[in-house]
Order: sequence, then C-alpha cells, then structure tokens
Amino acid sequence: MLSYLIRRLLLMVVTLFGVSVAIFLLLRIVPGNIADILFDSAGLIDPAEKQKIVADLGLDLPLPLQYWQWLNGLLHGDLGFSYVSEKPVIDEILPRIPITARLAALAMIFAVCAGVPLGVISAVRQNTKLDYALRVLSLSGLSMPSFWLGLLILMACVRWFGTIPIYDRAPETFWAWLAMLAIPAASVGFRSSALIMRLTRSSMLEVLRQDFVRTAKSKGLSDTAVTYDHALRNAVLPVITTIGVETAFLFGGLIVTETVFNIPGVARFLVEAIRWRDYPMVQNLVMFIAVVVVSVNLIVDLLYMLVDPRIRYSE
Amino acid sequence: MAPVLEVSGLTTVFHTRRGLVQAVQDVSFSVEAGETLAIVGESGCGKTITALSLMRLIPQPPGEIVSGSVKLDGTDLLRLSEPEMRKMRGGKIAMIFQEPMTALNPLMTIGKQITEMVMLHDGLPKAAARTRAVEMLYHVRIPEPERRAKEYPHQMSGGMRQRAMIAMALACKPKVLVADEPTTALDVTIQAQILDLIGDLQREFGTAVVLITHDLGVVAETAQRVVVMYAGRKVEEASVEDLFANPLHPYPRGLLGSIPRVGSARGLDVSPDERLREISGMVPALNDLPPGCAFAPRCTQADDKCRSQIPPFELKQPNHFAACWQA
Repeated sequence: MLSYLIRRLLLMVVTLFGVSVAIFLLLRIVPGNIADILFDSAGLIDPAEKQKIVADLGLDLPLPLQYWQWLNGLLHGDLGFSYVSEKPVIDEILPRIPITARLAALAMIFAVCAGVPLGVISAVRQNTKLDYALRVLSLSGLSMPSFWLGLLILMACVRWFGTIPIYDRAPETFWAWLAMLAIPAASVGFRSSALIMRLTRSSMLEVLRQDFVRTAKSKGLSDTAVTYDHALRNAVLPVITTIGVETAFLFGGLIVTETVFNIPGVARFLVEAIRWRDYPMVQNLVMFIAVVVVSVNLIVDLLYMLVDPRIRYSE
Repeated sequence: MAPVLEVSGLTTVFHTRRGLVQAVQDVSFSVEAGETLAIVGESGCGKTITALSLMRLIPQPPGEIVSGSVKLDGTDLLRLSEPEMRKMRGGKIAMIFQEPMTALNPLMTIGKQITEMVMLHDGLPKAAARTRAVEMLYHVRIPEPERRAKEYPHQMSGGMRQRAMIAMALACKPKVLVADEPTTALDVTIQAQILDLIGDLQREFGTAVVLITHDLGVVAETAQRVVVMYAGRKVEEASVEDLFANPLHPYPRGLLGSIPRVGSARGLDVSPDERLREISGMVPALNDLPPGCAFAPRCTQADDKCRSQIPPFELKQPNHFAACWQA
C-alpha cells in the first residue's frame, strides 16, 4: 500500500515535468510574443521599445535558460509576474481558484448525481420507452458542445424569465453561490453526466447478468436491495475511474462556460492570458490545472482501492 | 410421510426470436424431508431450468412458467405474489449454484452476505444474525469462522467458497435445498468433501435436497431417487439402486455405459467390448424437437412408433417409471 502510494507520487512528478516541458514549448511555438502583440495590433510602442520589452522580459534568452528560470522559480514558490498586469502571478490566480473550484465541483456533483441514477434506471428498465428516452438524452449530451448548450440555456432563460443570474460580484452565502453557479455547472456537467449515464447503464447491464446477482435474488432479497446493495456497488467501479478522466475534460468545458456566463474564474482567465501571450500566467495556470487533474486521478485510484477489496489486498 | 416438495406438470418455455423453446415439459417429482432426489441429464436437457423454475428465478421475459405447480408444504409457489415468493426464497427453499467463483458478491464479506439473509428472513438483529453466520461457517467446517466471516470471496479457495455458499443457503434452515451442480466446478478431492458436507447437514437439519447433476458418480453416492431428463422431459424415474441395476430407458442405459470403470481398459490391448460406449448423435434443439420420442434419432432400438408418437411416462416396474415404447 505504502509502496504503491510512493510509486504513484513519483509518477505524478514525472507527469507534471512532462506537462511543464510541453506547455513551455507549445507556448513558444505559438507565433508572436507579448511584444509583437503590443507592437503590431495596438501600435503602442516603437521598435526600440519593443526590443527593450523583449530584453526586460528575458524573451531573447535561449529557451533552455528561460525554461530553467521558470522551473527554478516554480520550485521555490516564485511564480513570477504577469506581463500584462505586472502583478505577481500568484496574486492574480489565487482569488480566482475558489470560483472555478466551486463551479467544477458543482458540475461534477451534478454529473454524478444525474448520471448514476439515470444510468441505473435505464439499465433496470432496459428496452422500455424510458430507457430509449434516456439514451437519446445521453447521446445528445455527448454530442452537444458545451458552449452551444451554454448559449442555448442563456437564451432560453432570458426568453422565458427575462433574466439570468449574472456574476457581478462574489455571492456571500452558500445559497447565493448555488443560485449563481447552478445553471453554468449544469451546462458544463451535462456532458459528463451523459457519459456517466451511458457507462453506468452498460456496466449495470453487465453486472445484472452475473451469477452473484442471481444468488442475491435466491436469498429472497427485494429487487431494490439486489439492484442497489449488490449490483450497483459492483457497477460503479468503472464509473469511478471515469470521474478521474472526466475532470480533465471538465476544464475544457469550464473555459467556454466561464466565458459564456461571464464568471471570473481561472479557466476564462487562462484564455485571456493566452491571447496576450502572458507566458508566466499561462504556464503557471496550466501547471496548476495539471496538478489538480493528476491529484484527482490519484484520489480516484485510492478511492477505487477503498471500494474494491480485490485491489486492496492484491499486493 | 408427505413429501415436502411436490412438483407436478411443470412446464417452462422461453420466447425467443427463433420461436418457442420448450425448456421443461410436464415435469413432476416429489421429495420428502431428509431425502435426496437427483435430476440427471446432459447439458441443455432442462435440469437447471427446472431448478430455477422451482425458485421462480427464470428471467421473465424471455422465460415463462406456463403450467404446473410447485407445492412446498402444500403451498403452491407458482401462485404466490412476488413479495410472498421472496419470503420463501432463502427462507423455505434455498439454492446453491454451480460456480462458487462467481456466485458470491465480490465486494461484500462472506459474513455480511450470510448476515443480510438471516436478518431478512428470521428478523434477527444484526449482532445475532452475525453470530448465526459465524455458526453456519463453523457448521460447514470452515476453519477460524470468525476471521473468515470478515473475508471477501476472492480470499477463499473454490471449495471454501462453495462451503460458504452452502452455509448461506442453509442459514435459515430451509425445508428444501436446490443444489445445481454444486461440485462440477471443484477438484475431485474437494467434490467428495462437499458432497459429504451436504449429506451431513441434510441429516442434521432434515432438509430435502434436489440435486441437479450430470455426474452419475455423484448420484450413486448421494441420492436415494433419480429423475433422468432428456430434451426437457422426464424419461425415467426410479430409486438409485433400480436405475443403476436395471435402467429401462435407452438414454440412461447409454449414460451408464459411458462411465469408465477402473480396470476395464488396461494397457493398449483394449478389446472392442471394453471400450467406453458413447451415445452417438447430438441432443436435438429444443425449438425443433422430433415429432415422436426426442431420443429416437439417437436410439438404436427406435422404430416407426418411436419416431411418430411421444411415449407416455408410465409405471413399468414397481416404483420404476419410464417414458419408452420399447421398455
């Protein structure tokens, strides 16, 4: 158990190192840097000034050196300064994290709470009209891009209710947060809920055919006990794994949804930073997201061990 | 003594895309307390479907029990509502399955799986039910039952799991135990232990056992009476002694001829009579049965009557029934 944990943590470090190299290089491949953008589009500066900015920001240094400077800072807790706002990156990111974290958690809770029960219903009522309806719903959830869904929800709310909660300042109470984030969370979580629903359904169908379910029935247990105590516990194992994978996808959806619903979270901020080629901002934000995704996956795997005794004891 | 379990005219069909499959047709038998009745036949003859029909565990659809009655202490199980039937299952009539590897829930401890059932049927509080579970594990001779009760199925061997299965099935002292090929998946040495165990517990609790098997060796060791099934129908019923000494129907005769005997084939100089006999041909598809006796296509004695009319199941000798025009 302990050796497994150590192995996993070491693997995490390797993964994060890989991510850091990838994001660093990808950003350098994207044409233009902040000096070019200021110079070209805005015409804010003249060529001499441009040279000065490049030199000031260290953009003329060799790439390995630039990478080392960033990584070294990162390891010492120094994330550097934003090119755009010239404030420390940490001060820019930190206040936005709770907003995105709340939205992401709410989206995932929505996905699981909608996906698992509907998947079970779909499996238990296999090949009924209800099952068909749920399958169409889940297929549409997988096919519909979340930005479009977000826009549709926005339009529908405005059309029917005349308004929609708009983020102008941070809500103060839990319920205010919930009211503010419920609609965006549902629109991000819809895709994951659809995936979880389909997975739960197929996993459940497989489990319901297994011998131990028949044994459970032969003991005289009610259908509810058989379905939930015996079958579902076995069927959620693959679903738990998916939750880890879906967290990564979730960030993709968050970027769009935060933009559509005007929520000042990390994800929207990232897009803004990319537009300005704000290297320290983008690099550190991506690293932050990577840490979250990798950690969630580790937690999911540990959770898996907790649920499935066969894995727990296999060492 | 009145039989505990009385099955008459049981007919189970499956509605499939390729038509109606008559899995079990007009099967009747009865078992007394403490008695073991074996139902014998090859794969696909309807013996497992018969067992599942007794428990009303046939998946519906596609399966359907179309007629007959299954009387347990006079109560017809087929007439009960589903909630009433649930009280019977596990409480009055329990079942053990062929595959101990897959028949137990991998995510639940053995103790919990037994406890759950005892709480349900005997209404015991959790602690008492747990004590009963450990007792049952002790009864089935699982060493260190307290510790084993806390283990998961994957931590046990196949024989151990089948013992746990038996402990579970007998935990509520059912009147009837339906054992569907309980030893088929086990090693030969473990097989004998499990059969002995079922026999001992049967004597102790007075349970009637319906033993489903294809293994005539198991039948000879454990059962008092035998029902032989072929293509969904009963073809012969007799005491174990009568059946082994004097099988009337050509199918059980063929089955008995196909059992190897120690010493019958030494070395390479096997004479033709000493070779194992087999029953040629295949079991007919249940949705496409021949018009007469289902065994006729494989039978060496079949005549035109056999091929055109289904033989009635009738008394041929004292306490010895068969369905054969030639017997």
